Amino acid sequence: MRQAEFVIVGAGPAGLRAAKALLEVGAKVLIIDRSDLLGGQLTKQTHMFFGSEKQHASKRGIDILGLMIDAIKGHENLEVLTNTTVVGLYKDLVLSCVEQDHYFKIQAQTIIIAAGASEKALPFENNDLPGVYAAGAVQTLMNVYGVKPGDKVLMVGSGNIGLIVSYQLMQAGVQVVKLVEASSQIGGYLVHASKIKRLGVDITMNTSVKRAIGNDHVEAVEIWQLDEAWQGIPGTEEVLEVDTICMAVGLAPLTELLQQIGAKVKYIRELGGNVAKLNERYETTVPNVYACGDVAGIEEASSAMMAGEIAGMEAAIKSGYRYDNQEARLKTLREDLVNLRKGPHGAKVRAGLDKLGVEV
Amino acid sequence: MIEKNGVPSKELIESCFPDQIVLEKPKAIIECYKEIPCNPCSTSCPFDAIFIPEDINVRPLIDYDKCTGCGICVYNCPGLAITVRMLKGDKVEMKIPYEFLPYPEKGEKMNVMNRSGDIITQGEVTKVHITERHNKTALVHLEVEREFLYDAMTVEVKHGR
Repeated sequence: MRQAEFVIVGAGPAGLRAAKALLEVGAKVLIIDRSDLLGGQLTKQTHMFFGSEKQHASKRGIDILGLMIDAIKGHENLEVLTNTTVVGLYKDLVLSCVEQDHYFKIQAQTIIIAAGASEKALPFENNDLPGVYAAGAVQTLMNVYGVKPGDKVLMVGSGNIGLIVSYQLMQAGVQVVKLVEASSQIGGYLVHASKIKRLGVDITMNTSVKRAIGNDHVEAVEIWQLDEAWQGIPGTEEVLEVDTICMAVGLAPLTELLQQIGAKVKYIRELGGNVAKLNERYETTVPNVYACGDVAGIEEASSAMMAGEIAGMEAAIKSGYRYDNQEARLKTLREDLVNLRKGPHGAKVRAGLDKLGVEV
Repeated sequence: MIEKNGVPSKELIESCFPDQIVLEKPKAIIECYKEIPCNPCSTSCPFDAIFIPEDINVRPLIDYDKCTGCGICVYNCPGLAITVRMLKGDKVEMKIPYEFLPYPEKGEKMNVMNRSGDIITQGEVTKVHITERHNKTALVHLEVEREFLYDAMTVEVKHGR
């Protein structure tokens, strides 16, 4: 069986930053990603990032990815497997992988799970019609593959993804007919909402989709207002002529691999679903298996980068590697992460981490 | 109401503006109404005019004695929440961020929109600044009538492709 010192599952912002931290001290790293491109969600993030300058704020996500790849590319201790899905994880730290039709196993000494998250969907009549998408899928179509998803879109959800993808749809020349939100307040950053509102996008609260209308594809959508218990109010229905319904209704951490090896996970609503229980070194309850990024709770890419760096460093340190001024560096990273989560938008994550009992 | 539709109230908008006498020179108007973890406006300012403390969630505070209205923060703000405005006779000279292709052209007359997305007037593009440093966010110089000092916010997107 193939042997590996450190295996990182997922090459998004958390995984790539963990890889860099490990390579810095001479560890041997194998990164596995199911996509043909490294970068996870960064591959499609054409907008400028928030956060602090240290985490490349103001640069576009895709350009930050370029910097992250440059930082590790061609490293003699790095091996990358793309188009490869880790389908199984075993207690003796064996990973079973599938690349196209090829199945193989890897014996790892340490594993970092940075598998990210999957998009949640919304149940409504006809939600299987072509033209009903998750927002991230639309973003991938447009920004990675250059494919326009439709001409007239209803966006569902006012979190940052819903707001940002609406803006990017407009940049691609697609009309965003309306953005609806089930809650009574905009979920994402208000600056993102203002940005699309001033360009004429109607933003409506307490409203959701009742059903999609169409025979073999979306031809219209029926929306309705919701009461305080999020139940549709009969008589408030409105039909909008759209060819695309875009759902931006949240993300769920991909913790299945961790559950396979019996790592403790807990359902935390504020963090998006089942998340890994970690100690302060980002190690799961299974020794030598670490987790970082959205697997440990849905957050922004900038926090995933910081968490990835901490997880990578901690994994290296446990295996006997040492960094210059490692205590100070880890302390700064932890403080920056706390700082990022400090504001009102961090309240949900703070509450979630508190429930999970994570010390960060 | 800004929490429900993204449109700030008149009071909120005016709280971001200095006295009109200050606007006889170009000044950045920062419309960042809610705490978010973000600081590029502050770190990009070459004149040290925008202050955000160590807690990067705190809203930016601008020192109008130091601000020159250069517009660097305008294209560095990820929220596109900053514009530069200057009163000049019966006109307002603005610098706004613009991220759509094709970019406007100098001399072009464009529909100008308020924060609700309503077309309120026409303005003239007097300059379009886009270099590598702008990283695809063009700095569009726009001239509108003075009465739109507080209301003008952006221009209608050209869908010329």
